[in-house]
Amino acid sequence: MPSEELIAEHVLEFPGGYTRTTGPVIGRFLTELRDGRIVGVRTAGGRTLVPPLEYDPDTGEAVTGEFTEVGPTGTVEGWAWVSEPRAGHPLERPFAWALIRLDGADTALVHAVDAGDVRAMRPGLRVRPRWRTGRTGHITDIESFVPEVTRIVSPVRTEYRVRPGKSLARFLEGIERGIFLGCRCGSCGKVYVPYRLSCPECGVAITEETELPDTGTITTFAINNLPDPRAPEVPFVSAYILLDGADIPMIALVGDVPAHEVRQGMRVRAVWVPEEERTASMSNIRWFAPTGEPDVEL
Amino acid sequence: MREIAVVAFAQTRHSAVDEGLGEPELILPVLDEVRERSGLRKFGFTCSGSCDYLAGAPFSFVSALDALGAWPPISESHVEMDAAWALYEAWVRLQHGDVDSALIYGFGKSSQGDLREIMTLQLDPYYLAPLGLDQVSYAALQASACGADRAELDEVVRRSRAAGRDNPYALDLPDPSGDGYEVEPLRPYDVAPITDGAAAVVLAAGDLAREVCERPAWITGIAHRIDPHYLGMRDLARSASAAEAARAAGVGKGSLDVAELHVQFSHEERILRQALELPDSTVVNPSGGPLAANPVMATGLIRIGEAASRIMDGTASRTLGHAASGPCLQHNLVTVMEG
Repeated sequence: MPSEELIAEHVLEFPGGYTRTTGPVIGRFLTELRDGRIVGVRTAGGRTLVPPLEYDPDTGEAVTGEFTEVGPTGTVEGWAWVSEPRAGHPLERPFAWALIRLDGADTALVHAVDAGDVRAMRPGLRVRPRWRTGRTGHITDIESFVPEVTRIVSPVRTEYRVRPGKSLARFLEGIERGIFLGCRCGSCGKVYVPYRLSCPECGVAITEETELPDTGTITTFAINNLPDPRAPEVPFVSAYILLDGADIPMIALVGDVPAHEVRQGMRVRAVWVPEEERTASMSNIRWFAPTGEPDVEL
Repeated sequence: MREIAVVAFAQTRHSAVDEGLGEPELILPVLDEVRERSGLRKFGFTCSGSCDYLAGAPFSFVSALDALGAWPPISESHVEMDAAWALYEAWVRLQHGDVDSALIYGFGKSSQGDLREIMTLQLDPYYLAPLGLDQVSYAALQASACGADRAELDEVVRRSRAAGRDNPYALDLPDPSGDGYEVEPLRPYDVAPITDGAAAVVLAAGDLAREVCERPAWITGIAHRIDPHYLGMRDLARSASAAEAARAAGVGKGSLDVAELHVQFSHEERILRQALELPDSTVVNPSGGPLAANPVMATGLIRIGEAASRIMDGTASRTLGHAASGPCLQHNLVTVMEG
């Protein structure tokens, strides 16, 4: 019998962590951080290093003792997106690592940006620190950076009680019975649907009511990719449908056909909800569906 | 300068999984191989490179000495770095003139821990390590900064893995596929594979080199340079230190047949090609490079060994071995060898 593989679980840990002295330069930075300020240090050459280092990386000379407050706003110069944060990462949700040039600094700070979505990240993005409560003087006193406010969401909602007007009320009475009611202008002879009380072309009252069939022809259409509560799914097709006998098309949904197969000249028929569900509402018509007849030349 | 050459090189058949070998057990076969090839049993100087954090045990490199025969005491040193820097130390030691041979070896079993997080421990403890910035994350920041395009990165990985499949010592990895990100913009296959392995090199000076090796790979230039540690203090799209090291090592003094580059992430090849000013005629990583086998702490030494092998086997006349250390190609060592 082969022996079982011997494997030991092993942890390397320094209980409580190492104690490290900071020295005056890093210590000053961390002290200011505890107070909610970010400072850089000036080099002899006049550059501002953030975070401060004890020596100028360009020359190796000691930096000056001059500290200057920078930020808190900064600009993202580069970033990498973490979609699955690891246990040691500063955020538990997806975030970006970024090189952030704080206003007034000549170097970039590495930190996390809590942007919510990778699409929010771009070079040039302006960000600010989100401070931790109970700061201790540690680089993680900045929980993360967050994008500056550049937009807000404004909810708009007002409520109304709406009456349809006489002509629409008359038309919807027809719809309740499963009939499209139209009208014919006594002056120009055009047939309008939905039913109306005046001719927009002639400016005269219309008195002749006429019933139209629930079949027609698509004159033009649009494929909609944004969801709409009235449509069953995305994408959906809304179309101008010229009912047989009408001179003016009406707008309606087209269904029971893939969006890319809908075309001008296609023959369609209204799909009604069952009789017992009908009300005086356009929702009586689910949509128009192809009849299968040959297309019509428009 | 004393003439010094690589006269023998050996490496393990690297493994993607822990094969259950202790460190002396991993090293001994490659030490035996270079001893046999060079015919040398005793060396004027011995130097190794490894990282205690890979095993999670302090002074773990000391137990590796069991494979050496270090009693009675020998002249021995260790760097807590890739063994390419052990080779550099040995080269400097040989310049003293009192010893003529050196044994260098490096080893690493990165299968034992979580390399991404072990590499966080090398970062400065004030500004970077506390953020939990892991190895793939900082590499992704550099990939993003250098703006390499996806097709170019894919081609680097495809070429490296194909070469690795032809190299008996490297891993058998398939052509890259899949469109998920490890850390955007890096995909999982842009990252060098977790690998266990070891390598050894023998250096010899002057007449001893000619005596023990038919075609010694003479080191005509060797130099290392370092960039600031903090990532925000340098231009991550470039490697200024690699360019400086290349100038100091005289890379541009002749044409190079082969360059073995320490590319642990696919975008690093582009940065290094640019820094070392490699023309298209130079073959890069014919071994597959670290993207095909990355036994951490031996990987850089293997680059020098692979480049030297091309001279020792007569297929190249001038080659380059490159090793890198630190985050985002911070520290670069360039070795130029000629037949």
